[in-house]
Amino acid sequence: MSNVQDSLRRQDTFAKLLLHNAGTFGSRPAYREKEFGIWQCWTWAEVADNVRNLACGLADIGIRRGDKVAIVGSNRPHLYWSFTAIQAIGAVPVPIYQDGIAEEVRFVLDHAEVVCAIVEDQEQTDKLLDVRESVPSLRQIVYEDDRGMRHYEQEFLHKFRDLQERGRAHDKAHPDFYPGEVAKGSGDDIAVIAYTSGTTGRPKGVVLKCGSLIEVGRASVGFEGLTEREDILSYLPMAWVGDHLFSFVQAYTAGYTVNCPESADTVMTDLKEIGPTYFFAPPSIFENILTHMMIRIEDASAIKRRLFHYYMDVAKKVGTPLLEGLPVGLFDRLNYGLGKLLIYGPLKNTLGFSRIRVAYTAGAPMGPETFRFYRSLGINLKQLYGQTESAAYVCIQKDGDVRPDTVGPAAPGCEVRIDEASGEVLVKSPGLFAGYFKNDEATAETLGADGWLHTGDAGIMTDEGHLKVIDRAKDVGKLNDGTLFAPQYLENKLKFYPFIREAVCHGSGRDMVTAFINIDMEAVGNWAERNDLNYASYAELAAKPEIYALIRSNIEEVNRGLAIDSELAGSQIHRFLLLHKELDADDGELTRTRKVRRRVIAERYGSLIEGLYSDADHAAIEVRITYEDGRETMMNADLRIEEAETFPPQSAAEPLRMAS
Amino acid sequence: MEPETVPQRDVLMEVRNITLRFGGVTAIEDISFDILEGEVRAIIGPNGAGKSSMLNVINGFYHPQEGEIWFRGEKRKAMKPHEIARHGIARTFQNIALFRGMTTLDNIMTGRLTKMHRNMFWQAIWRGPAEREEVEHREVVERIIDFLEIQHIRKTPVGRLPYGLQKRVELGRALAAEPKLLLLDEPMAGMNIEEKEDMCRFILDVNDEFGATIALIEHDMGVVMDISDRVVVLDYGRKIGDGTPDVVRNDQTVIDAYLGVAHE
Repeated sequence: MSNVQDSLRRQDTFAKLLLHNAGTFGSRPAYREKEFGIWQCWTWAEVADNVRNLACGLADIGIRRGDKVAIVGSNRPHLYWSFTAIQAIGAVPVPIYQDGIAEEVRFVLDHAEVVCAIVEDQEQTDKLLDVRESVPSLRQIVYEDDRGMRHYEQEFLHKFRDLQERGRAHDKAHPDFYPGEVAKGSGDDIAVIAYTSGTTGRPKGVVLKCGSLIEVGRASVGFEGLTEREDILSYLPMAWVGDHLFSFVQAYTAGYTVNCPESADTVMTDLKEIGPTYFFAPPSIFENILTHMMIRIEDASAIKRRLFHYYMDVAKKVGTPLLEGLPVGLFDRLNYGLGKLLIYGPLKNTLGFSRIRVAYTAGAPMGPETFRFYRSLGINLKQLYGQTESAAYVCIQKDGDVRPDTVGPAAPGCEVRIDEASGEVLVKSPGLFAGYFKNDEATAETLGADGWLHTGDAGIMTDEGHLKVIDRAKDVGKLNDGTLFAPQYLENKLKFYPFIREAVCHGSGRDMVTAFINIDMEAVGNWAERNDLNYASYAELAAKPEIYALIRSNIEEVNRGLAIDSELAGSQIHRFLLLHKELDADDGELTRTRKVRRRVIAERYGSLIEGLYSDADHAAIEVRITYEDGRETMMNADLRIEEAETFPPQSAAEPLRMAS
Repeated sequence: MEPETVPQRDVLMEVRNITLRFGGVTAIEDISFDILEGEVRAIIGPNGAGKSSMLNVINGFYHPQEGEIWFRGEKRKAMKPHEIARHGIARTFQNIALFRGMTTLDNIMTGRLTKMHRNMFWQAIWRGPAEREEVEHREVVERIIDFLEIQHIRKTPVGRLPYGLQKRVELGRALAAEPKLLLLDEPMAGMNIEEKEDMCRFILDVNDEFGATIALIEHDMGVVMDISDRVVVLDYGRKIGDGTPDVVRNDQTVIDAYLGVAHE
């Protein structure tokens, strides 16, 4: 036993863990990627070999201990190997969102003083070449896919495979180099600098250490009993801490297989082919899948549609209790079984969810309706709470004790408390970051002298010791009459409806709550088609009175639900408008992980907000739109504002009045 | 034997004094030009100038009354289109000609037809050689799918795809024949700007990475001038200009006949 403990303690870096994995289950698949229509596979032993060559290659082009190396691209095995290779020689990987516009990429490269970048393809290479002038530290670029790269002759460009060949030669000449470098590593090494997308201001570089990440990996893998036999699909942005935990940290500590999709457009097909046993997605993805499914159901024949709705009602009633092991009547049990045969089973199979043992959602709170929907199908979906600064490891819901409105108790090794004065969630976690890179001021603000991480989230602890996250603390406000206003809570309720893609609620310091709505182009477009509604563009569709009516009915349903809750009855949505463009990360309105940036939106759409709080039935707006390559154009619109019906709050006595 | 100065490309195809008549109508009159190995050659002209007819002559669909075509150093005999295809000339069509009920994958597979050697008997049994052959062909096709970035529609029936993607699938099918010469009949017609930009990139990449010589007909002048090495200008079935985009752009006859104004 102590031997095992000992050897575990010695594996305090990912490079050491990789050697360990290659030794213990070297012939098991570590990475798969679909290419040319076939799932290509690399075993742990092959990965160890690839990483070693790459590490030596990097050393050969002059990367030294402490150098920062950027990783830009979509989920590819080669890029995941790059993390370990960079760490192995003591350098520091800095993953960057690959869909970031040039200026965002430039900021991170410059701030982190990146000397070398490993990128996926020509597109990313071009992006880096564009900003190279203004990032003096950047000396080398390594690209994986050589498509379209034939005429790039700069000597600082290296092909991934050529670099590995150089590494192989270097390794032959200096066989002691790699083992020596790996041995030099310790748990105190920086594992990664993850730049947070940030709902406010410039991105900040979160420094995470190898030791703490590995501890988080071991604790969370142990918590769920994950083994090397899990299959996951890695499709979330590599620069997001959630993906890093899921596709790298846990994959190394548990030794399971990371499957990379063929392209961003094939994720749903790949998901179905792989049938992961462990799945991780932010709420927006689950909402999207649900929307897609509802569109398809509405297109199905009447019998199928009715069957679906009937059994969804059955699932709503008994699915969750069954999953939690609660007593359920015999008839319901049998009926659910029939539903499984007819609806739930085939449905889960089409979605690729048949084999799922554990599914997580994190990154933002999920609407309870969406959450219940998946659980009622028998999918063990659980919420995870954490932030980049705690390596996304603070709270996890426990099997058999999952509530849709909380994120569960503190995970093993974590402590959570609520600041009494401010209501802010304070956290201690083994994954705690070591500070923001080159930003002591922000570090001091977030990481108190007492060692507690100030999350900036407002939350409460339930009597059972579960954490309930309400919203970002700075977003929670009060209406003029004193009613609590938690915008995200309302927005999640709205986003449950397939026609609503995004919502932004206003109300802090106002008399009533109002909302911007982004319609879901696909769902609404499909609805329009079935109702013979013609449209040429998003803006035109969003301006149709029929669509306003459609969305109004959704909002009124939300209002009706809010009216029942005495605390929230005051935050019913009174007026709304449908935005003429989708909120977009390229315009800075959302973060790269699709969180709403309220301050930016309040600035850009100020005239619309004023319109919502006046008597006007329309408001004009002019916004600047940024294309992915950085070009900008102005877009004008005059949007209609409509009222939604609100309902009187229902106290316990009121149902009687309704009955009379 | 090469001229000492610039390294010159070999002539891949030479069209000599072609005249094509339909009854009393002369579609093409005494046209000559050449296509060099590895270049992107555009044929432009106003409506009814004889562009498509010219392409159909090269393709072997029309047989000209006069003139001769030299391909890879040999004078070409009158051939049927499928024989021409076997000789390394593939094309796409102005009004997409795919099998609408078949998937993207199957459509592109049909482009390999001229390369399949096993007879129908073996194909039907599909064991041993025929199976191996199909696997080889599938690999070529998968590379094309990867190249054109259409993995997500691999198994989608072509009829369900939007126009721009169908054009891409058609290009894929032409590429599957591994042509020496690729004929594109208005590859950008009916596309929006983004689709056009994508298609331009694919044409240039095909030229670059597959080493295919490309002859294309196109209406969009901006596109033609951007991606072509040399341009032939037709008007009323006659050749009125021939040269690099810059030369053609500034040629007064061409401006009068077609462009109307100089773009500068």
